Amino acid sequence: MTLTRKLWIGIGVLIVLSPLGLIVPDYFKAGPAWGEWGMDEVQKMTGYVPKGFQRLSALWKAPLEGYAFQGWEGKDPFSTSFAYIISAIAGIAIIAVVAFLIGRVLAKEHE
Amino acid sequence: MVFGAVMIPIWSAASKAVKTTLSVRQVPYLAIGAAFSFVIMMFNVPIPGGSSGHAVGGVLVAILIGPWAACIAVTVALVIQALLFGDGGITAIGANSFNMAFVLPFIGYYVYKIISSGSPAGSTRRIIGAGAGAYAGICAAALFAGIEFGLQPLLYHTANGQALYCPYGLNVAVPAMLFGHLLFIGWVEVIVTALAVKYLQKQDAVFFDGGIS
Repeated sequence: MTLTRKLWIGIGVLIVLSPLGLIVPDYFKAGPAWGEWGMDEVQKMTGYVPKGFQRLSALWKAPLEGYAFQGWEGKDPFSTSFAYIISAIAGIAIIAVVAFLIGRVLAKEHE
Repeated sequence: MVFGAVMIPIWSAASKAVKTTLSVRQVPYLAIGAAFSFVIMMFNVPIPGGSSGHAVGGVLVAILIGPWAACIAVTVALVIQALLFGDGGITAIGANSFNMAFVLPFIGYYVYKIISSGSPAGSTRRIIGAGAGAYAGICAAALFAGIEFGLQPLLYHTANGQALYCPYGLNVAVPAMLFGHLLFIGWVEVIVTALAVKYLQKQDAVFFDGGIS
């Protein structure tokens, strides 16, 4: 088996394990990374919503906001883990294609 | 958003550098590197004190395909994160890229280079170099992120002093970012990077002379 295939299998294993990145912080009641708060979290911490932040966050609505399906908020851990895995697959599929195309365009001149 | 302007010459330099250094055979590794960075960032790790953090994987990518190619790989991961998942946010792509796609792979790569230079491809010194590079890279990126957050309330606030963006200054942001990364997330990056390098050494030791062949 080629090394690239082995590494893609490794990525696949990481995708299957990825819900740990959702469940473990939840279990310890850990919030998001420092500075990666949502508006509700900032309001809770400081008592107000920073105006510029509010304006910028309305600029873009991500289709899979928070690696979850819209309307699945507060669902059981199995459902949110499922959505997390699907998000990982979708993200990686797009990223791999984009990175591959960029690489092909840039590295083309060699051969 | 200011960092978008800083990143444009860096991205342009990255594509120029990659044109001369990346071989067609390395292109699949650029895709794997970008995918790896994206998925490793999904592994949020709780940090004592109520927040969490994540590794980036960018130092490993830099060791494998060089820091300029790693810059492109991590940037692709960050852009898709922001567009598709609202993670990081589109207005933060510039700053996030500066920290995680530029500072992190370059600091990490050169620390790895300094420690491992002259050592055989399969040596333990390479693993130590990779681990040290991983630690230095992610902690440097965290320091930069802390400074960028901490400057926001000084630069951007309303007339009555309410912050427009990040509400915490340098005295809070820098220690918060450093504490989490020096003590916890840095070690996650070390373990992931060192294990991957050890695995790759076992697979194909030639791998490490001038990157992947």
